Amino acid sequence: MKPAPFAYKKVRSLDEAIALLGENPDARLLAGGQSLMATLNMRLSAPGLLIDINGLSGLDGIAHQNGSIEIGALARHVQAERSATIAKHAPLIARAMPFIGHPAIRNRGTLGGSIAFADPAAELPACLLALDGEVDAHGPKGKRTIKAGDYFKGLYETALGPQEILTAIRLPAADANTRIGFSELARRHGDYAIVGLAASARADGKGLKDVRLAYFGVANTPLRAGKSEAALARGDVDGAVAALDLDPHDDIQATGAVKKHLAGVLLRRVAAQLMEQRL
Amino acid sequence: MSDMSMDIDIALTVNGERIVERVEARKSLVDFVRDDLGLTGSHVGCEHGVCGACTMRVDGVIVRGCLMLAAQCDGAVVETIEGLSDSGELADLQAAFEQRNALQCGFCTPGMLTAAQDLLNRDGVPSREEIREHISGNFCRCTGFHAIVDAVESVAKARHGAKP
Amino acid sequence: MKITADTPPVLSVLDRPNSYIGRAVPRPNLQRLTQGRGQYISDVTLPRMTHVAYLRSPHAHARIVSIATDAAKKAPGVVAVVTGAELAKTMTPWIGVLTHLKGIKSAPQAPIAIERACWQGEAVCAVVARTRAQAEDACELIDIAYEELPAVTDPETALDAGTPVIHDSLGDNLCFERKLDVGDVGKAFADADAVVEATFVTGRHTGVCTEGRAIVADWNASEQRMTVYHATQAPHMMQNLFAKHLDLSESQVRVMTKDVGGSFGIKVHTYADEMATVALSKMLKRPVKFVADRIESFVTDIHARDHRIKGKIGVTKDGVITAFEIDDLTGIGPYSVYPRTSGIEANQVVNLTGGPYNCPNYRAQTRVVFQNKNVMCQYRAVGHPVAVAVTEGLVELAAAKIGMDPLEIRRRNLFPDDGYPAQTASGLKLEQLSHHEALAHLDTMINYAGLRAEQKALRDKGIYRGIGFASFIEVTNPSAAFYGVGGAKITSQDGATVKLDAQGAITIHSGVTEQGQGAEAVLAQCVASSFGVSMDRVRVVTGDTDNTPYGGGTWASRAAGIGGEAAWQAGKALRGNVLAVAGAMLQAKPEDLDIRNGIVVDKVTGAERLGLDELARVAYFRPDTLPPGFQAELMVTRHYVPRAWPFAFTNGIQASYLEVDTDTGFVKLLRHWCVEDCGTIINPQLVNEQIRGGVVQGIGAALFEQCLYDERGQMLNGNMADYLVPMAVEMPDIDCGHVVSPTADSELGAKGAGEAGTAGAPACIMNAINDALRPLNAQPLTDMPFTPGKILAALGKI
Repeated sequence: MKPAPFAYKKVRSLDEAIALLGENPDARLLAGGQSLMATLNMRLSAPGLLIDINGLSGLDGIAHQNGSIEIGALARHVQAERSATIAKHAPLIARAMPFIGHPAIRNRGTLGGSIAFADPAAELPACLLALDGEVDAHGPKGKRTIKAGDYFKGLYETALGPQEILTAIRLPAADANTRIGFSELARRHGDYAIVGLAASARADGKGLKDVRLAYFGVANTPLRAGKSEAALARGDVDGAVAALDLDPHDDIQATGAVKKHLAGVLLRRVAAQLMEQRL
Repeated sequence: MSDMSMDIDIALTVNGERIVERVEARKSLVDFVRDDLGLTGSHVGCEHGVCGACTMRVDGVIVRGCLMLAAQCDGAVVETIEGLSDSGELADLQAAFEQRNALQCGFCTPGMLTAAQDLLNRDGVPSREEIREHISGNFCRCTGFHAIVDAVESVAKARHGAKP
Repeated sequence: MKITADTPPVLSVLDRPNSYIGRAVPRPNLQRLTQGRGQYISDVTLPRMTHVAYLRSPHAHARIVSIATDAAKKAPGVVAVVTGAELAKTMTPWIGVLTHLKGIKSAPQAPIAIERACWQGEAVCAVVARTRAQAEDACELIDIAYEELPAVTDPETALDAGTPVIHDSLGDNLCFERKLDVGDVGKAFADADAVVEATFVTGRHTGVCTEGRAIVADWNASEQRMTVYHATQAPHMMQNLFAKHLDLSESQVRVMTKDVGGSFGIKVHTYADEMATVALSKMLKRPVKFVADRIESFVTDIHARDHRIKGKIGVTKDGVITAFEIDDLTGIGPYSVYPRTSGIEANQVVNLTGGPYNCPNYRAQTRVVFQNKNVMCQYRAVGHPVAVAVTEGLVELAAAKIGMDPLEIRRRNLFPDDGYPAQTASGLKLEQLSHHEALAHLDTMINYAGLRAEQKALRDKGIYRGIGFASFIEVTNPSAAFYGVGGAKITSQDGATVKLDAQGAITIHSGVTEQGQGAEAVLAQCVASSFGVSMDRVRVVTGDTDNTPYGGGTWASRAAGIGGEAAWQAGKALRGNVLAVAGAMLQAKPEDLDIRNGIVVDKVTGAERLGLDELARVAYFRPDTLPPGFQAELMVTRHYVPRAWPFAFTNGIQASYLEVDTDTGFVKLLRHWCVEDCGTIINPQLVNEQIRGGVVQGIGAALFEQCLYDERGQMLNGNMADYLVPMAVEMPDIDCGHVVSPTADSELGAKGAGEAGTAGAPACIMNAINDALRPLNAQPLTDMPFTPGKILAALGKI
């Protein structure tokens, strides 16, 4: 199938893009396009205008500054995959990266696009939540920062306004006490997972604190498992599994009951990663 | 708004040849090279980014030709299987595929070769698992993949042996 | 490095000087494909060519109340908007029945639905436009009023009195049924020490050829001729059908296949949208192109294997199988597919169940019912994966029940290698098989004892690995018994024309077709060997009804065994004719001469006498120098059809070694093996790659692939993200071994090898999973595909 007709505009500035979004309610932003293009090709969406932001300069950096890792929205997955900065200071992102699609997809897909699209089965939104990161958004009223906890609103819905553009992702830089865990179960390598879990914590003596467990593939958004986090901080893995209060829907690949069971399995695996790690 | 058009002028390099064309904004890169340039070696298998039959190189990296617009390729350097064949870059890999019968119907082959070359351009000899992982986005219905892995592995070893 | 070709298991009896039989020579035409210079039908463009897009029914069953096309007709680029009623003036409908499937019935099917759509995805209107995109744009402007009708989706209730009948004219929803009762099944079960029953489900799945179905039809009104570029396996069959339903003579229709991006049985059927495309070209008097995109492929490419089979086996405590019984039910969509019918798959299930075993007691019934889903028909290894799953599943469950090793129970029941000819309980005639030798070969290949020891050691560590087997027989080289006797114009014979050109090179024209399996290599090997030239002097032409002998094409693993034999014989005949010329030129007796490496030689001494280039020069340009009355005949045609046996059965056995993660229900495939016997092996590399590719298609069925429908007949996963085909990471390396039992029906002795892998793999994976989980007292898994959810349920974890 071929896409329905649309107009195309490659913008040179954020302001231009923001203005076009205001003038064209049926416009969509085109970043890496690895999800959007597929939906266009199936005529599942038919925007009147594509605003191509790939030409915006200065939005593809990966930098370590002031205890944070800042990733430009247009940084492509492959950049993060190969970045020494990411490997050292955002190891959860590095760990997740090989699970995302395939090489050709990672060459085009952007981290900002993934977060803005907010697919509930995708890895990066869950990582953002697990790391307690934040995003920068630019709109008609200028720039604002949105915490991960406030960002994911519903199925493919985020706190971004209709004229806002996600410009950067900011994550706390890992240090010697940072512990991370990541595991997912996908039928085939590179597919969206049936269930996945991204986690972070801080070492606290022999135990853990500030445990953050972010599931993906179990709800309309990436989802924290708060009660399990508390149990895990107490070192109680069985309790953490018992406290999982997920209620996943059935989907094509698995029933809710299967997902729930697998979420428990992943929790044990990720808990082991968090506890065994030596950075 | 005159430049916000349904038709876009693009100038790009395809297989070393300078191309200037006007394309429909909605036209994918793979449809552009096939329909407008007659480069039918890039194949259309699913149009939703899963099968990898349209894998080609844009500015030196492999992409899905169905998940990029031709309009986005203004100023780009595009390489398709035709160009990669004529330059001789893939010659040893193509010979290995032919010797090992690592293709049957051949429809996935241009994309498979292009994806495999992307791996072979890296340092070292990949394991069979790494080869399988790198071509995990390229669907072959005929071979069952074993022969493809054999062929890629043999080239990796040969190239590595030639450049110790 | 395993790039060197696998060594042939035995030297061929057909060895001649410069023989290619049994050698892993590379296919001669591959550079075209590796360099992207192939020409697939989707690459074909013609002057004045238009593109058609079909608007498809969103409902599984609906009355078409009205179709408003005015807006679409005015859309940019649109050439025509055509409804089913309008197209019916150009093309007649068809009914997919065969007379030898007693009682099979179906309803007339039109190229575009008229009045009623019977499955989600059936074409209800066509838009022809200058580009495919414009045709799709205009499809969105067509306004169809539907009255939704109740959808029949569950085969289990399709025949119930309360279920609506899909086609009133048929009276009920039964397409076909068959019953068989051989021996004394009741007594055999009574005499058994153990009886095991299980219900098997093989999931509805589909071919997912990398290239979608594609056709370019070009009606030239000035010469009243239809040229069809068609990605098909059977060009002569399609020539007949296009002619028949357009009211043309076959001589007015030419079908050319070019390169085909995968077939596997998907591209051997009559598709309504392809027939419509041909009719539209006739109507519009210009070329019309249709390429099925991936989304419409999922709801229109034939599906297959949707069976529920209740199976029963009886065994003595010594492991002797006393009886098999099956009750098969399959839903095939709203029409039996034309012209091969949708009854063949079920018929094959009845024929093949129990096939490897010397067990005289067998009772079977199958019912084939209509439903409002996409049509089902023959896909690679038709019926085999279903029959093998039931048979081999029952055999291993029975072995477990009596505490016998799964290879041992097979040894006690497989037809003995020295007991042929033999006949199965279902009546299949077996010429010569090698089950026991194949099993012994496999036992060694996999180091069975070592694997069992490893399995045991790992179980103690909580790692659950399984070893599963599947013995099988495969139908190949079909005679007229398959379709011809049922009245279908599908030829079982095939032909090859071999020509010496004016420079002494050889051209072969063959009626079989190349789908990537290497048929052209096999044909070239046969002729190069029987004639006596090197392969680089041989060119092969296939897939053109104007230029090849009348033939059946490629299906049922027939290309090498039937097309290869015709080519072998043609090459031999041409050698005789060439030697007659050489004898005349050299004043020698032709029988004292031979052709080796393209040179006429003295048969005894090997001394070179005459180059073929010189011979051809004289024969073509200086025939005046040949003896008076001598006429050189440098083009020869030979045909071949199996006559002694209805089918050349092959046999084999597969093994799978896998690990089940009992926490997640995920299966990791560690290794897969197949030993099979396809008679004379013409090209061991091509045989092995057929097996490997086939095994992976079978693995897809066992673990990943299923066309999921809801109860309203909506396909839920009709895209490549949701319908899971096997990809590289999850697939194992696959080792192949061979036993060679040539068929005496042909001089070559080659049987087919295209479907052995697919036939056995699903059962093999199933048995390995159950073997892995047996110590955990899991419920046996018999419902394919084996998803993590089903495995977890069997383990009682969800």
